[in-house]
Amino acid sequence: MPRNILHIDCNCFYASVEMQRRPELRDKPLAVCGDQEARHGIVLTANYIAKPFGVKTGMAIWQAKQKCPNLIVLPPDYREYIRFSRMAREIYEDYTDQVEPFGLDESWLDVTGSVGLFGSPMAIAKEISERFKFELGITVSIGVANNKITAKLGSDYKKPDAITRIEADNYKQIVYPLPVEDLLYVGPATSRKLRSVGISTIGRLAECPEDFLVRRLGKMGAVLSMFANGRDNSPVCRSDHIQNIKSVGNSATTPRDLVCEDDVRIMLFLLAESVAVRMRELASRCTVVEISVRDSDLYSFTRRRTLQTPTCSSTEIAETALDLFQRSYHWDKPIRSIGVRGAGLVEATSATQLSLFSDDKKRDRWERIDSAMDHLRHRYGYMSIQRAIVRTDPLLAGINPVDDHTIHPVGYFAG
Amino acid sequence: MEEIRDRKFVPVTVRFDAEGKMRPIEIEIDEAHKYQIDRIKDVRRAACQSAGGVGDRYTCLIRGQEAYLWFGDGRWWVALKRHPA
Repeated sequence: MPRNILHIDCNCFYASVEMQRRPELRDKPLAVCGDQEARHGIVLTANYIAKPFGVKTGMAIWQAKQKCPNLIVLPPDYREYIRFSRMAREIYEDYTDQVEPFGLDESWLDVTGSVGLFGSPMAIAKEISERFKFELGITVSIGVANNKITAKLGSDYKKPDAITRIEADNYKQIVYPLPVEDLLYVGPATSRKLRSVGISTIGRLAECPEDFLVRRLGKMGAVLSMFANGRDNSPVCRSDHIQNIKSVGNSATTPRDLVCEDDVRIMLFLLAESVAVRMRELASRCTVVEISVRDSDLYSFTRRRTLQTPTCSSTEIAETALDLFQRSYHWDKPIRSIGVRGAGLVEATSATQLSLFSDDKKRDRWERIDSAMDHLRHRYGYMSIQRAIVRTDPLLAGINPVDDHTIHPVGYFAG
Repeated sequence: MEEIRDRKFVPVTVRFDAEGKMRPIEIEIDEAHKYQIDRIKDVRRAACQSAGGVGDRYTCLIRGQEAYLWFGDGRWWVALKRHPA
């Protein structure tokens, strides 16, 4: 049975919320930006008045001000954005219980079962759009399609305050000319690979034989071929669905650039500790360690390695991360931010395959030291015990990666 | 575009009934201006476009005149006309 899926995207969400609550800013170029002091000074969202000047998400504040000298820069107020996001969800839940959020400002809705009650998917989309304007004072773009991927292309197609229906009759006409990067999961690396073989639009991708894509891109080739043809059958999760946690990670943009391996070592130990703490809280161990590195030009990459035995020892995670780093970074540029992630989580109590060669006794000891540190920090605070190596740099040592939470990016493939 | 008004947070006397339903009784704009609310005609979630803010909008009847009173994020407010400075 064909489904009816809506993808709803709040236009310039952070900026729109700020404009709603401060009417005097509505006709001025506006950008919500991260904290300049802590070096998160980039544009998070710009409004539609600032965008024509060339102000883009991810740009440094000084660059944005160069493009648009009258730009008004506001700090983010996540509490208010979360409140708006919750109110938006209340609207969605008047129509369906299948609501799947994608970040704070986007959601998929499966309204297949609601058509009898509320009218056609287009009618539902119109009603939701009107309610957003009246109840929240912000606008949305809505894509209407029979699957999640195409619905998202629809909501991106026309902005702001628009509804785009993409179905079999107009699919080729609307989707085929779009640049291939518009498709979910075509990032810079995949885009480069596709463009190098002449695939620049979604249409080209759709018409390309699947086995060719699989040869070029691995299993993502098959997924992208499906996406490009509008054949995505992933369900919209229910409201009460709790995702299995597949990985825990933490990253930090450091107060100063990291310029040598000692700096990186400190950060990796700090981050590995926080990741290990969270894994122990979840009673799990990771089988894969992943690092992400972003240099001062904002070029970033990730590297991962599968471990022989699952672990939740911060030392082991940090040492693996450091080894990965040493093998993959050549210090062309200083580093701006760095992250560690433990993936492929397994339950800590599940049977583990012991290795013939690795030193399990030592690992056990390290895990006991970790848990002793957890207890101390729980009773006397995070700073009560630290690794000596961390103390070599007071600026970096001041970071508390356990409590200074970050909002984590979400993935499309639900667990 | 709608005329911009000032968002003024105000003290409000509220009565909770036994079911926990709340009903504003009196608005205090300032010391000299306190208004009894005679009747509440409507309550709905609404954005206050003229002065900013989102919350539950109470349509109140005060001395025969309709006026909006907003409740959002734990505070009450009204949208006041701007006086020339």
